[in-house]
Amino acid sequence: MSATLVPDVGRTVVRANYHPAILVTGAVVVAAFFSLAPWILPAAWVSVLNNFFLLLIMATMWNLLAGYAGMVSIGQQGFIGLGSYALLYLALKGMNPFAAIPLAALVAGAIAVPVTFLLFRLRGGYFAVATWVVADSAMLIILSISYLGGGTGRPMPGLTGLSPAQYNHDSYLATWLTALVVSVGTYLLLRSRLGLVLASMRDSETAARSSGARVTSTRRWIFVIAAVGCGAAGAVLAISQPFVQPGNAFNINWLAEMLFATIIGGIGTVEGPIVGTIVYFVLYQSLQGLGAWYLIIFGALAVAVALWQPGGVWGLVRDKTRFELLPVGYRVRER
Amino acid sequence: MTWTNVIVQGVLFGGFYALFACGLSLLFGVMRIINLAHGDIAVVAGYTAVFLVPHLHIAEVWGFIVVVPIFALVGYVLQRTVLQAALDRSPFTTLLVTFGLSVLIENLLLEIYTANGQSVNIGSLIGNSWQVNSTIYVSWFELVVLIVAVAVLGILQLYLSKTSTGRLIRAVSDDREAAQICGANYRHIFGIAAAIAVATVALAGISYGILTELTPTTGGSQVLLYAFEAVVIGGIGSLWGTLIGGILLGVAQQVGAHYNPAYQVLAGHVLFLAILALRPQGLFGKKEALT
Repeated sequence: MSATLVPDVGRTVVRANYHPAILVTGAVVVAAFFSLAPWILPAAWVSVLNNFFLLLIMATMWNLLAGYAGMVSIGQQGFIGLGSYALLYLALKGMNPFAAIPLAALVAGAIAVPVTFLLFRLRGGYFAVATWVVADSAMLIILSISYLGGGTGRPMPGLTGLSPAQYNHDSYLATWLTALVVSVGTYLLLRSRLGLVLASMRDSETAARSSGARVTSTRRWIFVIAAVGCGAAGAVLAISQPFVQPGNAFNINWLAEMLFATIIGGIGTVEGPIVGTIVYFVLYQSLQGLGAWYLIIFGALAVAVALWQPGGVWGLVRDKTRFELLPVGYRVRER
Repeated sequence: MTWTNVIVQGVLFGGFYALFACGLSLLFGVMRIINLAHGDIAVVAGYTAVFLVPHLHIAEVWGFIVVVPIFALVGYVLQRTVLQAALDRSPFTTLLVTFGLSVLIENLLLEIYTANGQSVNIGSLIGNSWQVNSTIYVSWFELVVLIVAVAVLGILQLYLSKTSTGRLIRAVSDDREAAQICGANYRHIFGIAAAIAVATVALAGISYGILTELTPTTGGSQVLLYAFEAVVIGGIGSLWGTLIGGILLGVAQQVGAHYNPAYQVLAGHVLFLAILALRPQGLFGKKEALT
């Protein structure tokens, strides 16, 4: 039956309004460029790119949570901190920090599983503040563990054998590869069956529930996946610092940045976090040396976008041009 | 006897937390939204008391008489402009916008007044205490704040049940469309509710600034979290529950601090998470309030 959903009267069903080969070629070219960046670009640019991909991972995860699953979390910095500290712990136990990144991310995810059973008793604004309570609790517990450096923190072990150039190089590649895995994974997830359920939840939770979508278990999956993603971001952050300290690893500014980037770029779209992260770095670079003003301006911009242009920059582009760079749905095209 | 003292100190702290929380609880009851900038507004009120009142040639202990009405006005204007615009979009937008405001306020305070702590100075009055016996001291100031918190909650309860504006607030909160059909201007009613909420949290912020130091981040990581925990522990939708929730939070924190000062805040979080696990509607809340 499914083959005849759209009768063959000169129309086809496609994902993109451009040839799929363009997407694949484009992705390969972009991936090759960023993989070779340390050899092509000056070191200062590579360092900016490192921070860019760090924020891109976080924004992508926050977009998945809030934009698709409708969960406004203001506690994602908790999972960033847990990822950092999980990596520190594994490295202190003798693991290679780079090899331990996936494991550290999974630790953050494993902690998120029981947490969902508590948090999901609350909705909306109460859920939001409760996520912060969980993040704050995680930080306070870490603070009291002297093995992990308490309030003053500890340097990341296992990196001393690397020359400075080699270290910058490896730490960039770790961040970039993590960002690549997170972005491609999120994109494939949104194109999958789970993505379909998410899109239906985003548009109308009641309708999704009455059509048989398992809303609560989907939310739980997304919350855990976002914890894994933010844990991975925390792990690569710990390597690129390379010093793990509670005030930085659990900083609420991570949350502010990922949230603002998502809103400005376009919440609930795949492209939004990418666009928002670019806007953030343009602002950040041009307001350097002005202290916290970049965050004030970025925040004011995000508030304005949320009020008057809730689709964000990408939403505006898509509505004007009907163009989707990374399509997750289908569209009917005349042959 | 040390335990009695721990509990007495906890109960006294509960007054602050109940005062933090009643505005948050009221706004949620009326508009079904959480103002994530709630705590930051308290800190701005505290900073106003620190930097404005010394120019007014009045004793600083009476500064709240000037600052609280200003913040009632601020609350009304904030509601009629930014918050109403966000609310017209969706509750989701309100969360994003109030979080944005929170970050803006904290970073502006940081840029203008640095990260240094600021205190509202009321001179020697803060040191006065009443020695019950060899181990129990009751600070007069903390006792006054507890009494003020009880009085504010009592007046609010009376206001909501006895006055015509109070009844309008409840009508709009129960069924906005029906209240509108009967001629209620819900935007104005929301504005009044926000004015009350912001005024009470301003009073709380000034009192907290007298007791301890305020920093740009006090509003988020302390005032908002404690207010929220007090509301959930007591039960969403119950004003007197909020008072009990605040007191229990204060006691839990003092018990934690008694073991190790580093566990003060964590003990409060643990109580909150335990309530969430065992009785998510809170001690005095109704199950329906959760959905």
